[in-house]
Amino acid sequence: MSISEILFWIVGLSTALCAIMVVVTQHIVRCAIWLLFTLAGTAGLFFLLGLDFLGATQLFVYVGGTLVLVIFGVMLTATGPFIQLRAGAGEWAIAIIVGVVLYGLIAASWLFADWSKLRETALPDDPKRLYHTEQLGRALLGDTSVQPEAPLANVPAKVPAGSASPSAKSVAAKRSASAYLLPFEIVSVHLLVVLVGAAYLARPRRRRPATAEISPAR
Amino acid sequence: MAQELLILTIAAIVLVTFVALSAIFFIWLERKVAGRIQDRLGPTRAGGKFGWLQTIADGIKLLAKEDIIPANADQFLFRLGPYLAFTGSFLAYLALPFSRDVVALQMNIALFFMLAVMATEVFGVILAGYGSGSKWALFGGMREAAQVVSYEVPMAICVLIPVLVAGTLNLNVISQQQAGLFWNWYVFHDPFTFVAFWTYFTCATASCKRAPFDLAEAESELVAGFHTEYSGLRWSFFFMAEYGSMFAVSGIATTLFLGGWHTGLIPAAVSDWLYDNVWLVYVLLSVVVFIAKCWILVFVMMWVRWTLPRLRIDQVMTTCLKYLLPIACFLLLGASLLPLAWYSVFPGWVKLPFRNPPAYPAAPK
Repeated sequence: MSISEILFWIVGLSTALCAIMVVVTQHIVRCAIWLLFTLAGTAGLFFLLGLDFLGATQLFVYVGGTLVLVIFGVMLTATGPFIQLRAGAGEWAIAIIVGVVLYGLIAASWLFADWSKLRETALPDDPKRLYHTEQLGRALLGDTSVQPEAPLANVPAKVPAGSASPSAKSVAAKRSASAYLLPFEIVSVHLLVVLVGAAYLARPRRRRPATAEISPAR
Repeated sequence: MAQELLILTIAAIVLVTFVALSAIFFIWLERKVAGRIQDRLGPTRAGGKFGWLQTIADGIKLLAKEDIIPANADQFLFRLGPYLAFTGSFLAYLALPFSRDVVALQMNIALFFMLAVMATEVFGVILAGYGSGSKWALFGGMREAAQVVSYEVPMAICVLIPVLVAGTLNLNVISQQQAGLFWNWYVFHDPFTFVAFWTYFTCATASCKRAPFDLAEAESELVAGFHTEYSGLRWSFFFMAEYGSMFAVSGIATTLFLGGWHTGLIPAAVSDWLYDNVWLVYVLLSVVVFIAKCWILVFVMMWVRWTLPRLRIDQVMTTCLKYLLPIACFLLLGASLLPLAWYSVFPGWVKLPFRNPPAYPAAPK
């Protein structure tokens, strides 16, 4: 048992425990806090996989952004009857069914996957730094020379110049020329639209002045 | 495996000890600075002429205090708050390089990691505010959370500006690029990074909830803000977190703008020779220089605290959203376009990529 294995068990079990507590707890603010620990545990799992950037992004976006928003919303609206979470029997039934189905799906994909193939393409030390975030950034901008060479799932292999048939070349050219910059920009504009919409919906409405408010002169 | 475990434990102990000792020193320094600025002496009795042991005395008092938890408080959240704040502040030290080989975890995205974990510190404050069951605490917590979360935006944009110049998020590499004499420091690189330093320092002061942005602990308005109901050791955790964050953001400012661990008075060739031949001397010198630079920046934060009056919460938010954010965006735009402008006017002056030190491997073709 190496350190990473022990750490994986610790982080994984605590994340799972926190996820269970999210569902089990009755107090809504505590539910949000358990969710905080679950997301932080997920970030820890990313770090254990060696994916620093993804882990830090998870912390930044989910924990530092989304969850702050959730906590604010929960805290400012959790008054009186809304603090205790009490679900009806029908909701429990649907939730249990969906949960069991999802669990079955995950367990089945775990059992029937071919893990030996993954071990062949596991990331050893990386002298050419092919799996670096720098490559991610370059791929985002459309630099076509940086696709990793190992046969990871769904990554089109680099087509050597001049050796492929015209149809394959054009397909590969289309795939590699589709930089991720345009979808990234579209998502950013979407976020801006959402922000503007939220600000519009939450605008303070001017109240009509009541005529009885004029105080009598002394 | 035992050896790995031992190394990890030693690194963790060294870091925690450093943070704790820094906090002890800063509390003493704060009281002395406050005293001097207010034309008095500060602590002079505990431990001799300069009150060296004042913080120890404070610590003993806090340990011996009764642990009071209000009846209205949410027991779990109240107890959890200080630890979240301290964890968020302490985790940032994992990626902060004190010297060329003196870093707990050398990450390629060190800066991003530090900003991300310092963003989780706000939860300690929110929980403290909500879990205390008192309205002063709730107001203080909400205001402070809004403030910290808003100031993260201009802070991140200001941090991007030297990253643009450096071309990397790796704090080790950014420091190494500023080797040599002090005009290599990024604060003197171009006008945009110069202004970015001061803007970053302002945003960092606000994100540490230091005056003039310390509405969260507003001693005259909200009793004590989010930590009103905390006494004893729990309260001191919040302050360890605050001083830890102050040192961490000063560390980022030093690394990005002020040359990191380089003295600025020794040419690069000499420091490389020192590194290759008398490594221990190099490491000791650079660690001392780095800590001294950070301490100077923390001293400036304390100086500003006891000099300037406190801003109201609406003034705090106005400063962030109406002044610092547009300034930061303008600086980012300028810093991005400046090399392009220079390149089109003087094609020979600008070499791409900028100034990567020889040890940094070039991008694979």
